[in-house]
Amino acid sequence: MSIISALFRRELHSYFATPVAYVFIVIFLVLMGTFTFYLGGFYERGQADLSAFFNYHPWLYLFLVPAIAMRLWAEERKTGTVELLMTLPVTPWQAVLGKYLAAWAFTGIALALTFPIWITVNYLGNPDNGAIMAAYVGSFLMAGGFLAIGSCLSATTKNQVIAFVLTVVACFGFLLSGFPLVLDLFSAWAPQTIVDGIASLSFLTHFSNISKGVIDFRNLVYFALVIAVFLYANTIVLQWKQAD
Amino acid sequence: MIELNGLTKRYGHHTVVDQLSFSCSPGEVLGFLGPNGAGKSTTMKMLTGFVAPDAGTASICGHSIIENPLAARRHLGYLPEGAPSYPEMTPGSFLNFIADIRGLTGDTRKARLAEVTEQLHLGPVLEQSIDTLSKGFKRRVGLAQAILHDPDVLILDEPTDGLDPNQKHEVRELIRSMSADKLIVISTHILEEVEAVCSRAIIIAAGKILADDAPANLAATSRFHNAVRVTLAEESLFDEVRSAIEKLPSVAGTESDRARLSITALARRGSGDAGPWRDISSLVSENRWNVSSLQLEGGRLDEVFRQVTQGTAA
Repeated sequence: MSIISALFRRELHSYFATPVAYVFIVIFLVLMGTFTFYLGGFYERGQADLSAFFNYHPWLYLFLVPAIAMRLWAEERKTGTVELLMTLPVTPWQAVLGKYLAAWAFTGIALALTFPIWITVNYLGNPDNGAIMAAYVGSFLMAGGFLAIGSCLSATTKNQVIAFVLTVVACFGFLLSGFPLVLDLFSAWAPQTIVDGIASLSFLTHFSNISKGVIDFRNLVYFALVIAVFLYANTIVLQWKQAD
Repeated sequence: MIELNGLTKRYGHHTVVDQLSFSCSPGEVLGFLGPNGAGKSTTMKMLTGFVAPDAGTASICGHSIIENPLAARRHLGYLPEGAPSYPEMTPGSFLNFIADIRGLTGDTRKARLAEVTEQLHLGPVLEQSIDTLSKGFKRRVGLAQAILHDPDVLILDEPTDGLDPNQKHEVRELIRSMSADKLIVISTHILEEVEAVCSRAIIIAAGKILADDAPANLAATSRFHNAVRVTLAEESLFDEVRSAIEKLPSVAGTESDRARLSITALARRGSGDAGPWRDISSLVSENRWNVSSLQLEGGRLDEVFRQVTQGTAA
């Protein structure tokens, strides 16, 4: 545990030691605000809720989370620090978890910094704060899912651009797996149960369920499973590719 | 104590490390020599658990690198090739991170951090980001990281690469000072380094051990072993001196360099340890030659290295 926490602190600290953290947080907050007020029509809707805000999270995450995830392992492999890290008395699981949790905590910090929108909506009306809390939880879980996919794919390459592109595509697939865009690829040849299975993998469906204010156990299990599966794959990819 | 047993690594059809077996014990400084691509780094990467061997095994202080990699790594300090470290960190925070991972706490931690900072002269740059440090400092940060937990076994991949002569000297002094109770393996292609710090040298090429002996013994196999180099003060004597030396029974032949006025007399095998030296020095004093220097050679490791490795390079 102390090893994971040492890795976590080092990683999180390194975000703030470089401009990465500040650039990311500023862009994230500006885009969030722009999307909510202009595209989402926060005022025009005239409703005291944050759906104008949360509806854009999946799309913003689609590009911003891979930008956080791409450096996780690709950079370590490029600079050779992976050799230092993986020859310390650290298991692949500890390394993967420590770095992943730091990245997740970082997106959590960025997400928490959107609190002025919550203050705004409470100032303007009487929103259902329980539902808003649930949506925040859902958003955080979704970011965690994207990050796990990104962390795994980042370990496959030394090139951060490749890691970024692969992650965007994979996340896009997961986001839209309930929609014809993805399902049509399978429905022509795969049996219905598989198509249904793929449809049920959609981030968007699970996120919108949670963001309606209902934290269903199944939705939580879904995100937990996605994260666990991709982090497990991450440890395998890491051991397989670390020395290449 | 480390022990390698048939350690093998292949990349595709290319065998990089071929059934390497040797063992080595505390107090030894093992120099790992070989041309580039000989398998030195790959062997070190396998020993430290970074690369999984395709066959064979190795143990560090009794812990198998395959069955018990974490225990093996706890006894190990490793400086990877190029001394990678996190550029955005400062040496201070980097060493603290390593101390966290190594589980150092309390007074031991403070003492060790202070000691390595002192040993590697990192004091002035502790709070500067590693990114902005010179190559020499980066290398020393890497070394500090490797010795922080006072490991039993130290594996250093080209520890003095990129350092200036003063820094090289300091690192060698450091290696020597730690060698009494530790087992140190260094890879290098700087042969003077092997002569300066190693108690044992293993020459490998194409993943196989070609020579394994004390550096002085290896050098003794050189044709320059016990050779005598005469440097003359005036050129007029050159031919006379050379032919006189060539006639000596203890001399197998000469190599001369007219521009530098030097003649190197190679010892005939079996002429005894001091054969040519005694004969040539008495020759010089009898004839009252104007000689500016007379040197006895122990043997040239670089020549042995070439001789041993070039036979297999093809």
